Amino acid sequence: MSEVIVITSGKGGVGKTTTTANVGTGLAMLNKKVILIDTDIGLRNLDVVMGLENRIVYNLVDVVEGSCRIKQALIKDKRYPNLYLLPSAQTRDKTSVSPEQMKKLIEELREDFDYIILDCPAGIEQGFKNAIAGADRAIIVTTPEVSAIRDADRIIGLLEANELKRMDLIVNRLRMDMVKRGDMMSIDDVVDILAINLIGAVPDDENIVISTNQGEPLVGNDSLAGKAFLNICYRITGEEVPLLNLGENNNIWNKLASLFKKN
Amino acid sequence: MSIMDFFKRKSSGDVAKDRLKLLLISDRANCTPQIMELIKNDIIQVISKYMEIDAEGLDIQITQTESEGRNGSVPALYANIPIKDLKHSKVN
Repeated sequence: MSEVIVITSGKGGVGKTTTTANVGTGLAMLNKKVILIDTDIGLRNLDVVMGLENRIVYNLVDVVEGSCRIKQALIKDKRYPNLYLLPSAQTRDKTSVSPEQMKKLIEELREDFDYIILDCPAGIEQGFKNAIAGADRAIIVTTPEVSAIRDADRIIGLLEANELKRMDLIVNRLRMDMVKRGDMMSIDDVVDILAINLIGAVPDDENIVISTNQGEPLVGNDSLAGKAFLNICYRITGEEVPLLNLGENNNIWNKLASLFKKN
Repeated sequence: MSIMDFFKRKSSGDVAKDRLKLLLISDRANCTPQIMELIKNDIIQVISKYMEIDAEGLDIQITQTESEGRNGSVPALYANIPIKDLKHSKVN
């Protein structure tokens, strides 16, 4: 049975595309058949995060308009043969696709994939409506900041109004050193405010920048963020995995590092 | 800044949380502080017809309350109105 998940946030720049790339790649690592759809028409980015920007021939708008068959537009991942990307169009805008067309496309894809993951654009306009139209469940990405959480709350309200069956939360870019000082809201604070199920927390990790530079999602590697994303994938498939300890290791290393800096 | 100020100072994380809680209440209720002020003034006018109340001490806010509605929780308008004196109702 296939599941359609939209990754959304309201606010831009909180890590939707990074999350989509890592969750998609992680699920493929767990031997699921996965397709990632970039619904951010006009501001295409998932292809570069996945490192597949040079392989694009057709895109989402071509498929929807019937200029090509679905299979022609799908790009196979570099590393995982069971992972595909349907890129967005760069030279068009959000009105090129309608929610009905998205629903139809997703219904066709359901037959071939275990997971269909939609990377939603920022905002609550047409692009958002297109992205959520065919989704079974949503993953809301936020950071522990007032503006991002406010937007996430608005998105949760809109998703509830659209009767999505399930909503889960990822708290991204946590800095445990700041949380310990009391200068950043904790995971519990964010969950308390938004009152939806937490599916994972991802630390602010410089390895994310490095992996994006290289166009290879870091899910599953030894970095804290890599482990956090893989845990999220397990939880998506229904496995129960305890929350990763983001604090302790990090803190010892920080303390050591600061000791050396002083000398 | 005195030492006491230092200990009393709220961490910025707590400030953020408190600000957000207030912000989301008005976002969710689609209710601006201006509208809340108008509601407050109207309540004072209406209640004052029947009893003497402490307008300064009056506090209204929108909070969450348990209900059988969606997700078991709905917004509620909560008003705390201190009564100074119960006027005797006039017999006409």
